[in-house]
Amino acid sequence: MLESSKDSAKLDAMKRIVGMIAKGKNASELFPAVVKNVASKNIEIKKLVYVYLMRYAEEQQDLALLSISTFQRALKDPNQLIRASALRVLSSIRVPIIVPIMMLAIKEASSDLSPYVRKNAAHAIQKLLDPEQKEMLIEVIEKLLKDRSTLVAGSVVMAFEEVCPDRIDLIHKNYRKLCNLLVDVEEWGQVVIIHMLTRYARTQFVSPWKDDEAGEEYSENNFYESDEEQKEKDRKVKATYIMDPDHRLLLRNTKPLLQSRNAAVVMAVAQLYWHLAPKSEAGIVSKSLVRLLRSNREVQYIVLQNIATMSIQRKGMFEPYLKSFYVRSTDPTMIKTLKLEILTNLANEANISTLLREFQTYVKSQDKQFAAATIQAIGRCATNITEVTDTCLNGLVCLLSNRDEIVVAESVVVIKKLLQTQPAHHGEIIKHMAKLLDNITVPVARASILWLIGEYCERVPKIAPDVLRKTAKSFTNEDDLVKLQILNLGAKLYLTNSKQTKLLTQYVLNLGKYDQSYDIRDRTRFIRQLIVPNEKSGALSKYAKKIFLAQKPAPLLESPFKDRDHFQLGTLSHTLNSRATGYLELSDWPEVAPDPSVRNVEVAESPKEWTGILGKTKKEKPAEKFYSESEEEEDESASTSASESESGSESEKEDKEEGSSDESSGSSSSSGESSDSESDNKENTAKKTSRAADESDSEDIKKKAKAISRKRSTSSSSDTESTSSEESSSDSKSESDSKSDSESGKSRSATSSKKEEKTIQDRKAPNKQDVFLLDLDDFCPVPTPVAVPTAAVLSPSLTADLEGLSLLSSSVIDVTTQVSVPTKTHELLHRMSGKGLAAHYHFSRQPGIFGDCMVSVQVTVTNTTDQKIENIHIGEKKLPPGMRMHEFNPIECLEPAGSITVSMGIDFCDSTQTASFQLCTKDDHFSVNIQPPVGELLLPVTMSEKDFKKEQGMLTGMNETSATIAVAPQNSTRLVIIERVVKAANLGIVPSGQDNIHRFAAKTVHSGSLMLVTVELKESSTAQLIINTEKTVIGSVLLRELKPVLSQG
Amino acid sequence: QDYFGVCSEVMIKDNVVVVYEVLEEMLDNGFPLATESNILKELIKPPTILRTVVNTITGSTNVGDQLPTGQLSVVPWRRTGVKYTNNEAYFDVIEEIDAIIDKSGSTITAEIQGVIDACVKLTGMPDLTLSFMNPRLLDDVSFHPCVRFKRWESERILSFIPPDGNFRLLSYHVSAQNLVAIPVYVKHNISFRDSSSLGRFEITVGPKQTMGKTVEGVMVTSQMPKGVLNMTLTPSQGTHIFDPVTKLLSWDVGKINPQKLPSLKGNVSLQAGTSKPDENPTINLQFKIQQLAISGLKVNRLDMYGEKYKPFKGIKYMTKAGKFQVRT
Repeated sequence: MLESSKDSAKLDAMKRIVGMIAKGKNASELFPAVVKNVASKNIEIKKLVYVYLMRYAEEQQDLALLSISTFQRALKDPNQLIRASALRVLSSIRVPIIVPIMMLAIKEASSDLSPYVRKNAAHAIQKLLDPEQKEMLIEVIEKLLKDRSTLVAGSVVMAFEEVCPDRIDLIHKNYRKLCNLLVDVEEWGQVVIIHMLTRYARTQFVSPWKDDEAGEEYSENNFYESDEEQKEKDRKVKATYIMDPDHRLLLRNTKPLLQSRNAAVVMAVAQLYWHLAPKSEAGIVSKSLVRLLRSNREVQYIVLQNIATMSIQRKGMFEPYLKSFYVRSTDPTMIKTLKLEILTNLANEANISTLLREFQTYVKSQDKQFAAATIQAIGRCATNITEVTDTCLNGLVCLLSNRDEIVVAESVVVIKKLLQTQPAHHGEIIKHMAKLLDNITVPVARASILWLIGEYCERVPKIAPDVLRKTAKSFTNEDDLVKLQILNLGAKLYLTNSKQTKLLTQYVLNLGKYDQSYDIRDRTRFIRQLIVPNEKSGALSKYAKKIFLAQKPAPLLESPFKDRDHFQLGTLSHTLNSRATGYLELSDWPEVAPDPSVRNVEVAESPKEWTGILGKTKKEKPAEKFYSESEEEEDESASTSASESESGSESEKEDKEEGSSDESSGSSSSSGESSDSESDNKENTAKKTSRAADESDSEDIKKKAKAISRKRSTSSSSDTESTSSEESSSDSKSESDSKSDSESGKSRSATSSKKEEKTIQDRKAPNKQDVFLLDLDDFCPVPTPVAVPTAAVLSPSLTADLEGLSLLSSSVIDVTTQVSVPTKTHELLHRMSGKGLAAHYHFSRQPGIFGDCMVSVQVTVTNTTDQKIENIHIGEKKLPPGMRMHEFNPIECLEPAGSITVSMGIDFCDSTQTASFQLCTKDDHFSVNIQPPVGELLLPVTMSEKDFKKEQGMLTGMNETSATIAVAPQNSTRLVIIERVVKAANLGIVPSGQDNIHRFAAKTVHSGSLMLVTVELKESSTAQLIINTEKTVIGSVLLRELKPVLSQG
Repeated sequence: QDYFGVCSEVMIKDNVVVVYEVLEEMLDNGFPLATESNILKELIKPPTILRTVVNTITGSTNVGDQLPTGQLSVVPWRRTGVKYTNNEAYFDVIEEIDAIIDKSGSTITAEIQGVIDACVKLTGMPDLTLSFMNPRLLDDVSFHPCVRFKRWESERILSFIPPDGNFRLLSYHVSAQNLVAIPVYVKHNISFRDSSSLGRFEITVGPKQTMGKTVEGVMVTSQMPKGVLNMTLTPSQGTHIFDPVTKLLSWDVGKINPQKLPSLKGNVSLQAGTSKPDENPTINLQFKIQQLAISGLKVNRLDMYGEKYKPFKGIKYMTKAGKFQVRT
């Protein structure tokens, strides 16, 4: 029939063949005839042939090869369905020879126009897993990961998990896209993606689980803040932990999926929240999980198991749903026990009475196994909640009179455990149990009773020997377990009450000696040697009493789910409680967040291509193109919440700039810097601490915890350099601030105890204190006595920090009043740390003299010593990749008190990364940093208003960042705004037709991308600040820096 | 089920090839590929008598040779080119009460599981919105993927392009915190005496808070303890069966007439010699109340956009007992 020319006949034949396969009959002899039909035009025949091929191709490899060419033809078929299924079958034929062909096919298909084919290509990848091909496969995966179709996303992540789960670097670029697409991906894909993202997030973000402690520290800190700061701080307390915006994105995007109809998706999201979300947010999953309990029992089982694990760690999550876990008599036993487990975990003082009542019903259940489990649960509740221990014990004793043997036995065992925890006053119960011994046959229970009597035989002196007598009589018929306990009992009694029991014990020992079980024989021998005095074992027998009657620690009644939490929830390994193959360990939180910038996606160049959700993923540009400076990046991409708090610190900086000019020495105003969101601190601190350690040999900076109290005073700005910065540092952990507090009331002091490794903390708000750690650098090489300053001015260290100059403690900001462009001078090297050599720099804002991409920096070097300093030059440079630097010509000689200004050029690559280099003299070298403010990375451009609008029109959407700010009344005039904006950033003014709209334009120095700033004044002293730029990262930083400029008076 | 109506062994045997084809489309190397029945139907057309006739005559197949367009579009759940002469959209609001009632008749736990099942037969690509009178009730919901989640979040309106045919639009859960009105009560008196091998058995079922609706389809089942040999019972209405092997008593009551409450009375004969069971059996109850959603959920209106014609709309409410248990 297969040879027939008619399709219908062929079809019929194929159907029969498939039917044969289904029945398990061997149809392989038909192989050649079937393979011929692979080229059939009829789709159904084709499909059936495919089914057949998949089944037999492995057995008949040579013949299968005949069909390959047909597949190759089919792969080029105009019908996408045929292309896809050909690929699918091809990849399912496990013939090693065709691996290269498959590889080729997959590659081709991965760039197919139809997403359906691409999806199938992704599926095919995992089938072709072959160590030799892995590299190429990874390439294909990488390509497919960039795909924007929701159809493909799920499959390719699946392939990724299969092929190269450890290549997390491939995800970086696609992370945000995946997050955003997640909701639209089909369900099964969602599950895989969520699992993958969980792992990814665990490696890429820092733990959000520490905010509790953080909050506490905060309140302490507030004490030191002046009133006006207080308000600011309070706001920040709420946002103490500033989550990585990408982390937040993931959580936000997965949340709707909790409402998915697919249980697997809900479970996946639940585990994601469990593993990733801050504790306060994880609670939202419980509702959905409880909902899942309605589904069929397999799902119920898995969900309950996960809930059980969760409920151990965080009771609160499921407490409101306690009643949902009440057991129904129709539930299967496995579900019942799991529910019971959860109920036990959830038990607390408040709900224990209702729970116990519920348990009482369960104990009566017909399902004896379940009843026994309930008794154990009661026991656990009793140990966990001390108030109800007595109630539980009484209840259990009542159960002893139950007619069901299993129940009684179980309660005996539990009572035994309970009594062990508080053995004080339960003689009665023991007596009662001794009576029961006659009726109980379950060995464990009997053994327990015997053990109890033995252990507390002193409390029941009359009964104990009697019990021994009874049991000795029945010794031979007992279970091994019971026999051992009889021996124990005998031994114990012999030691305490040898008069009555000596003979009995010896009788028992004799019986034991000839027992069948070697275990019992061993024990007998052992006990005999110990307790029966004879000359050989003199030494040991003295201690026999101690050995036998030692206080035993009470057993801990623990949940069997206790140790499961190290497995990722919702995985097979978790369910089985053992490692399954292919289980990928969920890594711990990293201490330091890896560079988040890797996730940045270059926004599409042409705005036309730009789509709503995310710019299309572009071909990866060379590494330099990306800002790899983690800290800045972080801030830039930070969500509004982050930038809000950021603005706080920013504003203070501005404060200072204002304040420093009129420098009233007593101003106590902004005594505390909020450096909270300065994640720089972390890295800088680490870096600097070590450096400081090098520099200051006398100080043991590397102590793990350190309390630094310091005062700082800056005298007026007119004599700029006259700064006296003194600190007293103490290695003691004690808070020595009180002392210094009294010395100078207004001086700011704080302590910070910080471990160097404690980086996680560093990211959080409270490490405001870590700013002080920067001051470690301020240590003078030799501890100097504290010179009490007359007044303390706020420390500019934050400013310095922002400007990348934090190396030195008290840089004085000198606002020179140049005509239109006020230039800030930043300290490069303080004279104290420079052994008399001081250096300052400012950005001259001249178009690069050294090259197009260079920002020119003018460095003024001053010699404050009384000797000549020779040969000042730049030494070793530590520049981030891509950054270049044009050095100044070496200064051969600098006279005492002389100063010289040189200019150099630095190509910052449009990033605010720090350029670190060494400033060398003839005999010394000092490490210094220059970190440019974002405003200095720009070059003003002039353009007409029309051009501006045109350009702005092309840079909308993602390329636009905006904010509404409150403008101080004195800032609302045109001149002031222009002056202020231009002061803060190197922008060119665009003539504007409207009075209330001010426009500025610039381009970035390195890449020349446009940066358009619009300030639109609105009523009631607010203004809309809009920045349009391709360099969104710089744009948002600039936005943040400009905000305070306008909002502060 | 969408293919063959019922999923039975015979059916699978008869259609083994189709099953193979369907499974092949659904799974690829063990990974789920396409599980949306609408798509599968387009790929592989369900066998109908008409089609088999046509196939044998024309030699065409019931395997679609075009990739269903839906899969590539943004609405992968809907087939394209749907046509009906009668355009209709029916929604069933079905609520199930899960409850545990204790001995004395007080509710230990009660929750409502609700679903809205829809049967939508509309031409073209209709865009429906469904709004509720009291959407606040729905705080724990799961949706069919077609529902636009954003819209729900902001306006509490279900907006969706429905799949074709029957589907479950959403399911929701009204948890134990909210007070759930239990529509029926059970009075029971079951006692075993220690001395004799006889026990008394008496159940009465009555309506409670049904808002004037009749309780129908009442069915009482109870798993008797092992010691029970037989039961001699007389119901005031309906029929009862006791299976002496599984010890399962079931009593099909039917409608409850509030004037004359149904009851089941009689004796239980126990195995001689065994002691009385320590636990009284639990009673599982089933019932149905038409035209009532016990949670109080009400659909406000259904609007259709995107298509010209006027569809026929219908909504039905029903309350059922889910896992309704009475402990005795």
